[in-house]
Order: sequence, then C-alpha cells, then structure tokens
Amino acid sequence: MIDTATEMRSVVVEREIPYPPEKLWRALTQPHLIEEWLMKNDFKPVAGHRFNLRRDPQPNVSVVVDCEVLEVEPNKTLSYTWAAYGLESVVTFTLTPIGTGTHLRMEQAGFRPDQHQAFKGAKAGWLQFLAALEKLLTRAD
Amino acid sequence: MNAQDVLFRTLADPTRRALFERLCREGEKTVGALTARAGVSQPVVSKHLGVLKQAGLVRDRHQGRETHYSAQLVALVPLVDWTREMAGFWESRFDDLEDLLKRMDQ
Repeated sequence: MIDTATEMRSVVVEREIPYPPEKLWRALTQPHLIEEWLMKNDFKPVAGHRFNLRRDPQPNVSVVVDCEVLEVEPNKTLSYTWAAYGLESVVTFTLTPIGTGTHLRMEQAGFRPDQHQAFKGAKAGWLQFLAALEKLLTRAD
Repeated sequence: MNAQDVLFRTLADPTRRALFERLCREGEKTVGALTARAGVSQPVVSKHLGVLKQAGLVRDRHQGRETHYSAQLVALVPLVDWTREMAGFWESRFDDLEDLLKRMDQ
C-alpha cells in the first residue's frame, strides 16, 4: 500500500538523446532555447536564482510556474523548484554520457502529502493547471 | 468541485492527512485508537474523519458501539491520473527538446 502511495508521488521520464551532454546542457540552460521546448522564462544557471516559466496556451489561459534554481553542475545536473497553483515540487535533470549521446533523466518529486507545502492552497487552481496542461498536450500532438 | 478538487482540499489539512496516512499504514482503526495518538480531541478526530469519509478517502464500519475506519486507496486515483498527465507533459516537452537539438545542428 505504502509503495503504491510513494510511487505516485514522483514522475520520472528518461530518454536517450543522440547528442553530447554539452549540447543538451545548452538547451536546458539558455533562456531562448528553453523557450523553444518548455516555456518562456527568465532562467539563469545560478543557484538561488528565482525565475518564472510561463505559457499562454489560449488568450485567457496562462500557465505560470514559480521556480528557484537549486543545483547547477554543468553538463551533469540541473535542479529547480517548480511551484504552480499550490503544488510545490522539485524538477531534477540528470545527464549521463553514453556511447551514442546522452541519457537524460527528469524526475519531478515532492508531491508527498507529508510535505506540507505540496497540497497547500490546492483548489480550483489545480483544475486550471490541468486544463492548461491538457491543452498543451493536445497542441503538442 | 470535481474529485481532484475535493481530494487535494481534503488532504491539505496536516492533521487530517496524518489520520489518513495512519489508516493507510496501520489498517483499520477505531476513533478511540486514532484519538490516542492524534494529539487532538476525539470530537476533532471525528470531524476530520467525517471530511475524509465525504471525500471517499475512508470508509466506516459499525460494530457494537464502536465505529471502525479504514483507508480507501481507490480514492487516490485522481492523484495517479495527475501523475500520468505530468509524465505525458514531460514526454511531449522532450519531443520538442529533441526537435530543437536537431535544429541546433544546422
């Protein structure tokens, strides 16, 4: 029971990318490149830097994520907090060189009910966030 | 309010969440047993259990004078759905990331 409960509190997405870590790192850390694949942003690869990720999938729908850079280890690890609509989590990208390119691992963790912030203020915002995400996903298809 | 809304609102309260987690960990319990370690009075525990029950997170069973409560993990399904959606979000972002990397070559 507990295993199931723990499991659903983090999201892990892994992928093998046919490019070296250095190139992938640029895409993860340069604002104009981040915008191309994730969201508009004012990111800086500096621990402690606070920034926003923003996307407006429709004129009246904005997805705004509040973030703070936690860890920057060039070409290896990048992590930042990810807070939107009462949800606080930590997103960590881990890059590992492999023969043909880079193994990219993204973990988003911190949805544990025992982490007080995670569920604070959750309400209608969740629906908005999910609706916005769903639109993004549809558009990405 | 839909199921997701109710679920997150219900679990937002730390005392209520602790009661629910204890039922998840330790199985069925009476109100008395839950009160003994809850750090709040029995009426408060009962009130929280009522809210959990309304959200479908616990079920009660009457036996003699006692009411036994147990966790209903199926009520957490909306949370699983959320996780699945988030995973889908990152998968599609990574598709765009790979497209970008291809373009960066040129």
